[in-house]
Amino acid sequence: MIEGLLVSLFVFVLAVLLGFEVISKVPPILHTPLMSGSNAISGIVLIGALVVVVRSDSVIGDSLGIGAVALATINVVGGFMVTDRMLQLFRRGPDRPSQ
Amino acid sequence: MTLINVVNLAYLLAAVLFIIGLKRLSSPATARSGNRMGATGMLIAVVVTLLDREVLDYTQIAGGVIVGAIVGATLARTIKMTAMPQMVAIFNGLGGGASALVASGEFHKLTSDAADVGTDVGVTIMLGTFIGAVTFSGSFIAFGKLQDIVTGRAISSPIIKTLNPILFLTALGLGGFMVVLLAEGSASMSEVMPLFLALVVVSLALGILLVMPIGGADMPVVIALLNSYSGLAAAAAGFVLDNMVLIISGSLVGASGFILTRIMCIAMNRSIWNVMFGAFGAQATGPDQAGAEGRQAQSTTAEDSSIVLAYAKSVIFVPGYGLAAAQAQHQVKELADLLQSKGVEVRHAIHPVAGRMPGHMNVLLAEADVPYDQLFAMEDINDDFDRTDVAVVVGANDVTNPVSRDVPDSPIYGMPILNVDRARNIIFIKRSLSPGFAGIDNPLFYNPKTRMYFADARRALTDLVNAIKEL
Repeated sequence: MIEGLLVSLFVFVLAVLLGFEVISKVPPILHTPLMSGSNAISGIVLIGALVVVVRSDSVIGDSLGIGAVALATINVVGGFMVTDRMLQLFRRGPDRPSQ
Repeated sequence: MTLINVVNLAYLLAAVLFIIGLKRLSSPATARSGNRMGATGMLIAVVVTLLDREVLDYTQIAGGVIVGAIVGATLARTIKMTAMPQMVAIFNGLGGGASALVASGEFHKLTSDAADVGTDVGVTIMLGTFIGAVTFSGSFIAFGKLQDIVTGRAISSPIIKTLNPILFLTALGLGGFMVVLLAEGSASMSEVMPLFLALVVVSLALGILLVMPIGGADMPVVIALLNSYSGLAAAAAGFVLDNMVLIISGSLVGASGFILTRIMCIAMNRSIWNVMFGAFGAQATGPDQAGAEGRQAQSTTAEDSSIVLAYAKSVIFVPGYGLAAAQAQHQVKELADLLQSKGVEVRHAIHPVAGRMPGHMNVLLAEADVPYDQLFAMEDINDDFDRTDVAVVVGANDVTNPVSRDVPDSPIYGMPILNVDRARNIIFIKRSLSPGFAGIDNPLFYNPKTRMYFADARRALTDLVNAIKEL
């Protein structure tokens, strides 16, 4: 089991470093969509919520799981949709910038 | 190939889609497809999860999903772009809440099965519950402050300052104690459950008290930080369930929020420690230092300004939150278009804290149809002010204040500012000479190159457009 946790820790640390690398290249102009979009991605906890519901064999477990499913779904659906709505606002001008 | 391998490969695919999707956010041209890749990754992960487990009864899950989807979609469609910070604050909170519920669900399952709970699993459950609950309650306070339900003032209270470490240590103690009890396998559910509920309550209280003292002007930092927490909470839930896609996605978001927090702190010249515990607004010195006496601000009219603008070769607009508050984005766009049609080079200089969350002003201007190649980040445009004929400041103040360069004992000393004072002419649209958020007088008002245009932003811009048309 300790091996399992160690593997998880490796993945965690590497993913954080990868995140720094990828996200520091996002320009300030897109920081708001970045926040709402990454927020939608953190709604991945929906997977965890589904697992909890499926494994549950009690009313309390069911309620906790269903509650988590609902909250995470708001996060996922709302997050991706609002990000899309924002991103479609960004348009390039008719003529190229004269630097 | 067994089913479990297929599932994990699908999770891997989802994680790859998230990473490439985020990478495509590095340019406005590819960002939209990147967001869709992320959404596709999510869909794959969810579908595969539902297929994998022998789900006996979809109705319960469907109920949660349908309710969540309707609420999420309605919010996403109807929210105003000016209210985006509130929206992100709520979503952060919901993500944190979901993570806390997942950890609680797993805790309930393990204790009611009287299973052997290893120290590692115990620690991750406590951590997931703690981070999730703090994010949940903290985000709702942040929402309340942005929405003006909760006071936006910075509160500096010695009670909160002593209470916070006590709550933190209590949470740590409760969590640690439960981990030990669970590992010994001697605890029954009825014994541990009150302790667990206490941990939840303490964590929720800590979230409230951490955000409560922070002033409205610091909300961009707080939202970014809570964004980071919501990611870490998801990652913690991943540790609990030993699920890689949760860990990867959660840590990506954690990293993203952390980077934004740092950018905001640098832009505001504050350390994160200072934001969390400093109560900035409360200590701001009055506008009386250096005194305004003896210096005369020169005011201007639409007619005079219109001549300066129309015969300029280059103009930079400096929009601040006051612009959005006056709903004047469309007027700026109209004025910019008019000037461009007269051959003036028009650009917009966006300070990192120009809105109420990172990047907010860009979204507001994009909504008014300002093309993104006219939007420039501070570091990309700051050297160009020297060669610019006119800088027009609309609804911004502190981010143009040269005091931050020149006066070492000013509270905003060291804060990076837009070099508006280096432009050949400055038009400052503002209702009065009152100081900004930081409560500090702005010497730029009295600069011989500056003309103060005293009016509401929207009114002033409309009058300028009309005056230029009449030239």
